[in-house]
Amino acid sequence: MRGGMSGMGAWLWQRLTALYLGAYILVLLLALVFSGGPSAGAWQGWMTHPGVLLASALFLGAWLMHAWIGLRDVVVDYVHPFGARVTVLAAVALFLLTCGIWGTYILIQAASSWA
Amino acid sequence: MRREGRPVFLNLFKIRLPVPGVASIAHRISGVLLFLAIPLFLFIFQRSLQGEAGYAEALALLRHPLVMLISLVLLWSLLHHWLAGIRYLLIDVDVGVERTAARKSAWTVLVLAPVLTVIILGVLWL
Repeated sequence: MRGGMSGMGAWLWQRLTALYLGAYILVLLLALVFSGGPSAGAWQGWMTHPGVLLASALFLGAWLMHAWIGLRDVVVDYVHPFGARVTVLAAVALFLLTCGIWGTYILIQAASSWA
Repeated sequence: MRREGRPVFLNLFKIRLPVPGVASIAHRISGVLLFLAIPLFLFIFQRSLQGEAGYAEALALLRHPLVMLISLVLLWSLLHHWLAGIRYLLIDVDVGVERTAARKSAWTVLVLAPVLTVIILGVLWL
């Protein structure tokens, strides 16, 4: 496999996305704990804030990329017949693509609350 | 694939995997579980943003017994994946590469993830 997502590039992206995902999740969990469980208004206020939306959009992209590289590593290690490997990888890619479109739609809906 | 005369010994119950190996397999399993759960996360997140009613419904869904069971597994997955991930990032920058240190940190991750899972869910559910 050649291109941007192979070898050293994938290795590095996996770590960069890990740092971002880890930091976002930590901040989110701390915010949830220290607010004592937000009310609907407070939660939706946070999540539709432009800065948070931007951070969440980055999170979505990093999440899907991290999942793709990780799943690809696992599939390549355990699924050996060529046809089966291609089929499983295609299913993973389709799954992630669908989640990406859905996630983007959720964030656009959240942003539309500004209007 | 298999060379002549080479012993094949793949009885999973007899292979004694070293602790860092157990942490590594758990990192993979938790990663796959978190991948499979992406639609669940998206669904609950989407509902939680749909007004007062949606938020209440998302919280009620999290209280459903089946979802609570799934949350238990997913929270462990997240914590293990997070902690083991940090362990790998440290090993990448040459912290804790040595065998004793690597074993100790693997044990720490394996114990800490379920302990934190129980504490967090205890606080949330009780």
